[in-house]
Amino acid sequence: MTTIQEFVKDQAEKHGRDRTSLMPILQAVIHSERYLSEEAMVAIAKELDLSTADVFGTASFYTFMDTVPRGKNIIRICKTITCHMKGKDEIIETLEDMLKIKIGGTTSDGLFSLLQANCLGWCHKGPVMLINDEVYPEITSPQAVEVVREYLKKG
Amino acid sequence: MENKIKKVDLIFGKVDHLSVLDKSFQRSQDEIILDVIDSGLRGRGGAGFPTGLKWKFAKNEDSEQKYVICNADEGEPGTFKDREILTQVPEKVLSGMALCGYCIGASEGYIYLRAEYNFLLPMLHEKINRFNSDMRERNIEFAVYVRSGSGAYVCGEETALMESMEGKRGEPRNKPPFPTSRGYLGKPTSINNVETLVFALMIAHHGPQEFRDMGTFDSRGSKVFSVSGDTPNAGIYELELGMTLEQFVNEFGDGDTKAVQVGGASGFCVARKHFKDTLIGFEGIPTGGSMMIFNSSRSMYNILHDYLEFFEEESCGQCTPCRVGCQQLLKGVESVKKGSKPPSYLEELQKLSETMKIASKCGLGQSVPNPFNSIINNFREEIIY
Repeated sequence: MTTIQEFVKDQAEKHGRDRTSLMPILQAVIHSERYLSEEAMVAIAKELDLSTADVFGTASFYTFMDTVPRGKNIIRICKTITCHMKGKDEIIETLEDMLKIKIGGTTSDGLFSLLQANCLGWCHKGPVMLINDEVYPEITSPQAVEVVREYLKKG
Repeated sequence: MENKIKKVDLIFGKVDHLSVLDKSFQRSQDEIILDVIDSGLRGRGGAGFPTGLKWKFAKNEDSEQKYVICNADEGEPGTFKDREILTQVPEKVLSGMALCGYCIGASEGYIYLRAEYNFLLPMLHEKINRFNSDMRERNIEFAVYVRSGSGAYVCGEETALMESMEGKRGEPRNKPPFPTSRGYLGKPTSINNVETLVFALMIAHHGPQEFRDMGTFDSRGSKVFSVSGDTPNAGIYELELGMTLEQFVNEFGDGDTKAVQVGGASGFCVARKHFKDTLIGFEGIPTGGSMMIFNSSRSMYNILHDYLEFFEEESCGQCTPCRVGCQQLLKGVESVKKGSKPPSYLEELQKLSETMKIASKCGLGQSVPNPFNSIINNFREEIIY
């Protein structure tokens, strides 16, 4: 058994094997791997006795369930109107320069992906940045650089 | 009418939640439900269904298994109050769920939390563990669990949320049957917004009269507002319902307010000339709390474009009017702006949006015409030129 197959099996033991466990298991894989590989989805389908197409169909519905490889840290910048008004474009440009990637891209060392997201629920404190599950409201470009540097140090 | 808007403190104030529950568990389910009906409380997520009736319908269903769901999939642009309620008074939310569970006869409650709020999970798990053991100590058969979303706006729609909890694509179901008869896993389910559950608890605490005395005939009580945009006072405020938009803008505007988007991206854009005669509430323009303020430096085209892009991405794609409608409205306003379509094309688009309103399966597609038509009707020149 490969590592991911074992991981999926453990998760199925933990959450159970009926359909209501599908989301928690998919989310656990995302949490650990940042994306759902074909191997992971096949393993989940096998554990829950579902068709692989069904697993992919469910996963691909959700924005936070990527089915393409992503960096170890996923940076999401809110792009909805009030964050737009408060200058999210500047934050994005700064991070694109710093990480040498375009929005939607992943750094060559696999450490960061830079994405935009729809409303993150901090409209009174825009612009807001989400790294993995951590929120950084009212962020300025220098602060964004500082935060990303911290993640860089952690590797 | 007096010109000051009234701040209220029912939601965030501290209360001994367990003693409210202990007191409530001594009463009959029907008594509590009647109080909630009498209070006039309507759902605070935006749709505004009378909460007491929802509980009554769920209670009247004959089923061994029923569920309570707390809808914390707060995704409407401009809304952030549920996050704040969950952060500041999680016990009141859990107690509201237990109260609902007691009333309808459910022993399981789920909080469906949007993935963007995952950072709340460690705190919530801790509070839930304590709360569940408080319930066990009282021999109350009710336990709360959390389910996470994964970044889909449409999952805030109640039946899409249930599909998601069942491990499927978050595609809304046809209604009827309504969730109170066939909800999560096909069982009777009362699904309520975070804020609604806290109000229900406070009504059980104070009795229905205090709540009923506030607000207007159709919009009783108070409401938590999320204020953002061009305002010096962005933030979260609990206000008595019944104010006009003019009163609201006087309090929160920056002196140069051109328009207010009431009810989020799916709500209505109100232009300055209509502030005076627009009531915020179910008689006028209802809101789930989102109030986005725009001053005269803002381009209404950019705002409309932003909303349409949002809907085009978040449409679940299940039904054609919404999937194709959102794409065409977005492409259409871009074409008019570029000049590759004549201004009269906007009327064609407005007809299309009327079709979306009638033919879309759920509230998402049905409400895209709200911002679309209200912005075009009020700011046509800005869209064309």
